Amino acid sequence: MTTLTDPPKEQFRLSMLLYDTRYRSATIQVIAMIGFMLLAAWLISNTAQNLAALGKPIDFGFFSEPASYDINQRLLDYSSRDTHLRAALIGLLNTLVVAVLGCITATVLGVIIGVLRLSNNWIVARLMTIYVEGFRNVPVLLWIVFIMAILIETLPAPKAFRGDNATASMMLGDSVAVTNRGVYIPEPLFSNSLGNIHVFGESGLRFDISLDLLAILVVLGAGLWVSSYLRKRADRIQEQTGDRPVTWWQRLAVVVLPTGLVLVLLGFHLGYPELKGFNFQGGTHLRNSLIALWLALSLYTAAFIAEIVRAGIMAISKGQTEAASALGLRSNKIMSLVILPQALRVIIPPLISNYLNLTKNSSLAIAVGYMDITGTLGGITMNQTGRELETILLLMLVYLTISLSISAVMNWYNESVKLKER
Amino acid sequence: MSDIGFVRTEMLPEREPPASTVGALGWARANLFSNWFNSILTLASLYAIYAILAAVLPWVFSPTWNGASLNNCREILTAAGSVGEHGTSGACWGVIRERWIQLLFGFYPSELYWRPILAFVLLAVALAPVLFSDSVPSKMLIFSGLYPFIFPWLLWGGTIWGPIAALAGFVLGWVVYSAVSKTMSSLIGIVLGAVAALAWWFVLSGYFVGALDSILPIGIEAVESRKFGGFMLSITIGVVAIACSLPLGIVLALGRQSDLMIVKYICVGFIEFIRGVPLITLLFVASTLLNIFMPPGTNFDIILRVLIMVTLFASAYMAEVIRGGLAALPKGQYEGADSLGLNYWQAQRLIIMPQALKISIPGIVSTFIGVFKDTTLVSIIGLLDPLGLSNAIRADANWNGVVWELYGFIALMFFVFCFGMSRYSMYLERKLHTGHR
Amino acid sequence: MKKSVLLGALTVAGLAAGAAAAGTIDDVKARGKLNCGVTTGLVGFAAPDSNGEWKGFDVALCRAVAAAVLGDGNAVEFVPTTGKTRFTALASGEVDMLARNTTWTFSRDVDLKFEFVGVNYYDGQGFMVPKALGVSSAKELDGATVCIQTGTTTELNLADFFRANNISYEPVPIETNAEAQQQYLAGACDVYTTDASGLAATRATFEAPGDHVLLPEIISKEPLGPLVRHGDNEWADVVRWTLNALISAEEYGITSANIDEMTAGTNNPEINRILGTEGTLGEMLGLDNQWAMRAIKVGGNYGEVFAQNIGESTPIGLARGLNAQWTEGGLLYSPPFR
Repeated sequence: MTTLTDPPKEQFRLSMLLYDTRYRSATIQVIAMIGFMLLAAWLISNTAQNLAALGKPIDFGFFSEPASYDINQRLLDYSSRDTHLRAALIGLLNTLVVAVLGCITATVLGVIIGVLRLSNNWIVARLMTIYVEGFRNVPVLLWIVFIMAILIETLPAPKAFRGDNATASMMLGDSVAVTNRGVYIPEPLFSNSLGNIHVFGESGLRFDISLDLLAILVVLGAGLWVSSYLRKRADRIQEQTGDRPVTWWQRLAVVVLPTGLVLVLLGFHLGYPELKGFNFQGGTHLRNSLIALWLALSLYTAAFIAEIVRAGIMAISKGQTEAASALGLRSNKIMSLVILPQALRVIIPPLISNYLNLTKNSSLAIAVGYMDITGTLGGITMNQTGRELETILLLMLVYLTISLSISAVMNWYNESVKLKER
Repeated sequence: MSDIGFVRTEMLPEREPPASTVGALGWARANLFSNWFNSILTLASLYAIYAILAAVLPWVFSPTWNGASLNNCREILTAAGSVGEHGTSGACWGVIRERWIQLLFGFYPSELYWRPILAFVLLAVALAPVLFSDSVPSKMLIFSGLYPFIFPWLLWGGTIWGPIAALAGFVLGWVVYSAVSKTMSSLIGIVLGAVAALAWWFVLSGYFVGALDSILPIGIEAVESRKFGGFMLSITIGVVAIACSLPLGIVLALGRQSDLMIVKYICVGFIEFIRGVPLITLLFVASTLLNIFMPPGTNFDIILRVLIMVTLFASAYMAEVIRGGLAALPKGQYEGADSLGLNYWQAQRLIIMPQALKISIPGIVSTFIGVFKDTTLVSIIGLLDPLGLSNAIRADANWNGVVWELYGFIALMFFVFCFGMSRYSMYLERKLHTGHR
Repeated sequence: MKKSVLLGALTVAGLAAGAAAAGTIDDVKARGKLNCGVTTGLVGFAAPDSNGEWKGFDVALCRAVAAAVLGDGNAVEFVPTTGKTRFTALASGEVDMLARNTTWTFSRDVDLKFEFVGVNYYDGQGFMVPKALGVSSAKELDGATVCIQTGTTTELNLADFFRANNISYEPVPIETNAEAQQQYLAGACDVYTTDASGLAATRATFEAPGDHVLLPEIISKEPLGPLVRHGDNEWADVVRWTLNALISAEEYGITSANIDEMTAGTNNPEINRILGTEGTLGEMLGLDNQWAMRAIKVGGNYGEVFAQNIGESTPIGLARGLNAQWTEGGLLYSPPFR
């Protein structure tokens, strides 16, 4: 008969919380949690006490009061009678516009400069080095101010376009005016307009959807869909018979013809800018402040992106190029089919953080008077209402949301191009 | 069979290579005009260089070094005959002659300029053993350790007992930690050590400093941080923020890599929050909200508040740099440390951190450059950094209207500082790379 | 480094925390320095010179208060503040008073809980245009591009003015005066609007001031004055009566040149009361009887301060206008010292 002896039962002792690695981590976490909560509670209670002493309890009521200041660049309709909330929204859109434009141009410029820096042309490579070092080593705030000043000082004022002995003239057949107040370009107009749909009535978040634009987009989308169907069909026929039917004219036609028809039906024409009174009237006005901020942010960020691109290309071993040449690819094909797809994997993660930096740097818009969200919500609204806590916290929240969305999207893209390892 | 053919009996003289492949011409052909596209690029570049220089150089070489005011400069320029269509053209360098010291030192008392200069020279000495570890005796590390206490004392001045008391807090914490961890657990040791040090700094050191100062008043003239300005302010903010963010960043990076879930989430939350908002909003917090977050009645000066916020800002970036360094270490290093039986902190202190930090130095330098450039933003909240000062200088009726000279000077100074540091960091990177191969 | 900075912070914090309980005047006396909030730089009103010494019209008031309370016109710490940071700096106790061309408005007085102790400069928002534009009234500015300095009441006044007159405009908000000036001169805006004093000061530094005109419309009232925190009446009285002493001194002809002579005694009891040879006004304020004498002596009376910093003999060249004594058709009217 065998007796089974239980293994000595492990009893929990208090000291195990300290000495036993299994429990110690729990102890540390509990301590950390308590410390964190204490800190938070301390900050909140201080804030509450201070606000009570100042007689300014947290109150977002000011959002529904009239902002009573004007904003020059507004993507949605806005007047000084609108609320602070509306002003903040206009500012947010302006931030997004400059961030998106900046990211695109910075990428394009950065790739070009990064490739040119590796060029075998001595003077171009040197120039690009000077460009990169010059932009990277001077604060972006200075660049923004600089570029604004250059635009103001070198471009002609609208009065130079006036009179018989005008010293400046419009470009591209009198359709584009480049002045030191900004660039005026033709705007699309529809004489048989379908009108707009108003969304959200009269609230601070209201906006219009242009039915004209919607119609064009629908027709264009449908055309593209048919076109891709034609391409797939051609692929199928090619697989079955070996011959590829000629489809390019069909594909072009299904996209262009209906769209053109819709444009004609809507009475599409361009509105040209004209010098009237003090300013050019009509057309779309890209303001100086937008252009300066956009240029400065793109040029500054492009210097960083150029370095990233260069490093990415140099990280690809020379064997890849040689192997591709051995396969008989031409040098532009080598770049686009072999080198860049591989370099992209190295390039994308730092590229994301540069996009984030550009977006965050757009908050310096105030230096050139571009009314982004820092200028409206964090600037004039904060100044006029004296609600620092509410406006700054909200401002941080907005930027945090933008940043996290950019990283989420870019990380998702990064996942999809990442090398799928075994 | 005598003359079958021609047999050469002597060597031909060496011929010169074709003129188009050697010398300046050959070089130009190979490097500038190798094909039509390159030729166009070259010509375009040459034109761009010419256009920029032609616009800038006449403006730069302007005989106005002694101008006493903008109007005086204009008179000098008119006398010299450089009058363009928009009035006089040419820089007014008088403003730089009169104000360059102010742009460098702000309002720091002029008889005490030696102190910031000495502080920054000593900074180089203190960094030497870290950066040039192979050519400087490692004994110098002791000085590097003491330097964080010398630096603020030199800049802000005051009694010498202040930094000594701060140092004593570290010593006290260390003594308590080693005493407790020998007898009890090291976890309790860390907690008690930290508590002892904090108690010393927050409660006791005030009395200690007061008492010693009344007995033995050794000290140098105190300078308030309001007197800081210009590049000195930028450098001070940059150096203090980086130095303070280093320990914070290490803690955050370790926290982010740790297996402890709560600790990890707190660290990730902090890092992502700070990295997700622009520095300018953090500076708004420093200028308007920080006092609201502190106990009622607390009020400390704006430069200190800015230092706190910039430090928090830099620490999030530093944490990411150090995390990169930690990730770059081969896993074998961790396993090796484990196999030696080292506990977590011993492994970090003896094996992991020294290597991870060394790999991270280029990243740390570029974070520093970034923070240094970002210090220009403090002008938006009213501090007189170089940009803020340029604004204040223009508010002098003599210099109202001077723009390019000041911006140009400031840009040049920033360029010199940042370019120097980035070159150095590249050199380090190369050096570290060879070490790995 | 971190810790010792922290240590410094805490000692400062401790000092401030102890002091906040007492009145500002005791606070200032204990510190031996007056913390005065000024602009980061505005021509004629406050700017550091090449030695780092602050000069200007607002600065002179700070110095006068410091001289009255502490007996030394140099015992001032000037704290540069921006349009955004000025009110928090005052509310949090970082500065004892603001002398930063701040417009006295209802909401600042009542909602933001500050006390304006008087007006040291009567200003109003005006417009400047190039003469070549041929504009003679602001109402002709339909469609014009207008440069405004942000962070002030100016943009609100402007929006109201154009709305009330039902004309359109294109606002170009600009952070600093220097940039506004640059844009205006280059023709990037047709009009520059800010306080009339600022316009005059800006125009004075142009290469050809005669090519620019100020339009006759003044679209707002901008009483600029020093302010202190709500609820500390003793301190508000000190600042208020220092300002009044400077104004009265001009009215009664007390100047920095003849003040010593007058301190010996005059036949005018009001002058004697101001200068402390008669009565105990200073003690009622919690100061000594020489307070006003010192305040006037440090930079002269209101008229002298005006003439030195922004008056017609300076490059800024402002006329007294509304800021003349009431006896000369201006608005300066100090209550009696009695």
